[in-house]
Amino acid sequence: MKNICFCFQMHVPYRMKRYRFFDIGQDHYYYDDMATEEYLTWLVETSYLPLMRTIQEMIKLSKGRFHCGISVTGATLELFEQYCPEMIDQLKELCATKSVELLATPFSYSLAGEFDERELENQLEQTSNITNELFGVRPTVVWNTELLYTDELAALLHKAGYKGIMTEGAKHILSWKSANYVYQSAGDPKMKVLARNAALSDELSFHFSDPGWYNYPMDAEKYANQLNALPEGENLINIWLGAETFGVRQQAGSGIFDFLRALPYYALEREMGFVTPSEAIRKAAVTTDVISSPYALTWAGEAKDLSIFAGNDLQQEAIQKLYAVAERVKMCQDKRLKSDWARLQDANYLHQMNHIDQGLTQYESAYDAFINYMNILADFLQLVDEQYPTTIENEELNSLLKTINNQEKEIAQLQGEVRKLKAKKK
Amino acid sequence: MKALMFGWEFPPHILGGLGTASYGLTRGMAQQEDLEIAFVLPKPWGDEDQSFLRIIGANSVPVPGRGCIEFSGRYPDNLVEEIGNYEAVAREIAWREDFDVIHSHDWLTYPAGIAAKYIKHKPLVIHVHATDFDRSRGNVNPTVYSIERRGMDEADHIMCVSNLTRQTVIEKYGQHPDKVSTVHNAVEPLAHPEDFVKHKRKDKIVTFLGRITMQKGPEYFVEAAAKVLEKTDGVRFVMAGSGDMMAKMIDLVAQRGIADKFHFPGFMRGKQVQDILADSDVYIMPSVSEPFGISPLEAMQVGCPSIISHQSGCAEILQHAIKTDYWDIDAMADAIYAIIKYPAMYKSLHELGQEEVNNIRWYDAGLKVRAVYDRVCGRR
Repeated sequence: MKNICFCFQMHVPYRMKRYRFFDIGQDHYYYDDMATEEYLTWLVETSYLPLMRTIQEMIKLSKGRFHCGISVTGATLELFEQYCPEMIDQLKELCATKSVELLATPFSYSLAGEFDERELENQLEQTSNITNELFGVRPTVVWNTELLYTDELAALLHKAGYKGIMTEGAKHILSWKSANYVYQSAGDPKMKVLARNAALSDELSFHFSDPGWYNYPMDAEKYANQLNALPEGENLINIWLGAETFGVRQQAGSGIFDFLRALPYYALEREMGFVTPSEAIRKAAVTTDVISSPYALTWAGEAKDLSIFAGNDLQQEAIQKLYAVAERVKMCQDKRLKSDWARLQDANYLHQMNHIDQGLTQYESAYDAFINYMNILADFLQLVDEQYPTTIENEELNSLLKTINNQEKEIAQLQGEVRKLKAKKK
Repeated sequence: MKALMFGWEFPPHILGGLGTASYGLTRGMAQQEDLEIAFVLPKPWGDEDQSFLRIIGANSVPVPGRGCIEFSGRYPDNLVEEIGNYEAVAREIAWREDFDVIHSHDWLTYPAGIAAKYIKHKPLVIHVHATDFDRSRGNVNPTVYSIERRGMDEADHIMCVSNLTRQTVIEKYGQHPDKVSTVHNAVEPLAHPEDFVKHKRKDKIVTFLGRITMQKGPEYFVEAAAKVLEKTDGVRFVMAGSGDMMAKMIDLVAQRGIADKFHFPGFMRGKQVQDILADSDVYIMPSVSEPFGISPLEAMQVGCPSIISHQSGCAEILQHAIKTDYWDIDAMADAIYAIIKYPAMYKSLHELGQEEVNNIRWYDAGLKVRAVYDRVCGRR
C-alpha cells in the first residue's frame, strides 16, 4: 500500500530596520516591528490560515485518514502569539485531531547545523519547549532549516533522542536509489532518513499554474493517478512544501486549495494512505539501504547545498563574525543578548546577501543587505564585548565565570551558617 | 558602409568625457570589417590615433569666400559662432565626401549633421552624450535647447547613452519613443593593468574626481565625509578636480571642521587619474544628473570600489557598485563606512567589479550603433 507523506513548512523572518553605522552603539533594537507585522498578517491571511483550514477540512472529510506533518519555527510561533493568535488556535485544533505531527525545527531558521552543532540542539529544544507549552507535544523527527543534512548531524541528533531526519531527495546523493523509501543514515544506522520527492513536490510549488507546463492543467485525480503509477514497492511519497506555495506562489485563484481539498478522496479511492513522518518511519519495512552525505545537503537552489547562503565573500564574513562569539553568548545570562543572537542567525538574512538570487528582501542589492546586517552585527558584537571583553580568552573567561558563580554559592552557604549560628546563640 | 561622423573632441586632447566616448565607440565600431569611419574634428592636433579611422580637420577645409576657418576646438565664449562655422565647413565636407550615414556627437555638432543631411540626402543619426537639463539642473539655456531640439527633430534616429537620458529626450524634447534608443557606453580595456598598484598606507582613501560643479554634487560628498569622520578615524577624503564650486567646497569643509582629513589636490589628467583611483579605497560619484558617467567604470577597472548615484546613467548597467540617491548622505556615508570597515565588502566590490567592467565592451556598443545604421539606411 502506498502512503503519501505531506509536510508543510512555515517561517517568517523578523524584518530588520534600516540601521546606519552611526546607530552603532546608540540603538540596540534592530527590528522593524511594523513591517514584520504587516508581512506576517498578510502571509497568514493569504496563505497560512487558509491552508490550515483546508487541512482541517481534509481531515474531517476523510474521517481522520488524512495525515500530515507541519514544521514551524519557534520564532514564528512567538510571532503568531503576538500578532495572529488565531493561527495558534487553529494549530491547537489541528494538533487535537492527532492527524497532524509537528516537526522539530531550529528556533530561528538558523543554519547552526553547519556552523555550530551545539547551537542547533539548543534551538531544536527551544522550539520543542514552545510546542510543548502551546500544544503539549515534543517533536521527534527533525526538519532542519532548508532540510540541511550531514551524516555527522544525523548521528548527533540521534544521540539527542530524535528518531528521524528529513532531507532533500537530491539526485547526486540518491543516484540510482529512489526517494520513496525510508533510509538509514550513514552517520548512525539507527537514525532514519526521509527524502523529499523533489520532482513531485516541485510540480505543485513551481508548475501548478504554469500554462506552459506539459501537465497543465493539473487536477487531484490526475495527481493521484501519477502517484499511484509509481513502481511497485516504492511505498512512501514525500510531498514537502513551503506553506507559502498555497496562496502566494500558487495563488488561490489557480485552484490550489481546491486541488488539495479533493486529493484525499482520489487517493483513498485508489487505496493509498496518508502518513506523518513518524508514522512513515514506524510503518515502513526496514531497508538496509543507506543515505550518505558528508557535506551539507539542502533543498536550496540547483546545487542543493549551502551555496545560496554561504557562497560568497559577504556571506562568509557575516557568518564568521556571527559565530565567532558563540561561546561567549552561551556563557552569558543576558536574555536579550541570547535572543538577538538567535534571531541574527536567520538564514534569510544570508540569502539576502546573495548577488544572484536574494529571496525575500527589502534591499536593492546584496551589498545593501550586507551593509545593514553588518552594522547591526557590529552593535551586537559591541554589546557582547561589553559583557566579556575580547581581550580575555574563552577558557580563561570560563574559569573566571566558574569562580564567580561558585563564590556566590559559597557566600550564600556561609551566610546560611552564620544565620544558623546566630539563631543557636539566641 | 561608410559613416561620416561629426565630433568635437578626440584623445589625446580632451576636455571632458565626450572625447573618451568618441574614441572608444569608434574604435569598437572599427572592429566591424565592412565599416569605414571618417571623423570630422574642429581642430585636430595631428597626434591623434588614426589607425582605425580617418580624421578630417574642419580648420583645413576651405569654404568658398572665406578660405580656411580657424577653430579653437574647445568651449570658448563665442561657442555659438564656432558652431555656426563648423556647420559651414560641414557643408563643404558633405559635398566632397562619399558616405551612407551621418553620425553627430552631442549638440555642438547637430547643426553640422543637419547641413550634411540636406546636401546628400543621407540619414542622420545623433548621439546624445548629455542634454542641457543635466548640465544646468533644470535651468536650461534657451539657445542651447533650441539647437538640441532642432537636431533631435531633424534626426532619423537618436541614440542616448542611458535610459535616463533617453527618458529626458522623450519627455523634455518631445521625441517619439520609437525614434530614441539607448546605447550604453563602455570602457577601453587597460593595456597594462599590472601597472596600477595599491600602496599600503595607514589611512583609507575616499576619492571624488571630476569637475567641482553643481552637476557633480560635490557638497553631498563633503556632508557624507563629515558623517563618516564623526564616527571613525583612519580615513581621508580627496576631492580632485577643479570647478566653479571649489571655493565653496573648501569653505564647507572648514565649516564642518574636517579640513585636516579632507584634501584638494587640484586638476588631474591622464595616468595621474588612474594612479589615484588605483590607490583609493573608495571612488564616489554623487552626481545630481549624469547622462552616463564613465569614471566609475575606470575606477572599477583598476579595482577601486565605486559608489554612484541612482541619477547616473552607468547605474543602469552596473551590479557590483553601490548605488544611492545623490541626496541621501546617510546611505552614502553608510556605504563608505562599510567598504572601509568590512573587508568582504571591499574584496567583493574589488574583484567582482573588475570582472564586471571587463565584460562591458565598446565592440558590443558598436554593434548596437551598427544596427541603428542598418535600420535608417533601410538595409534591414
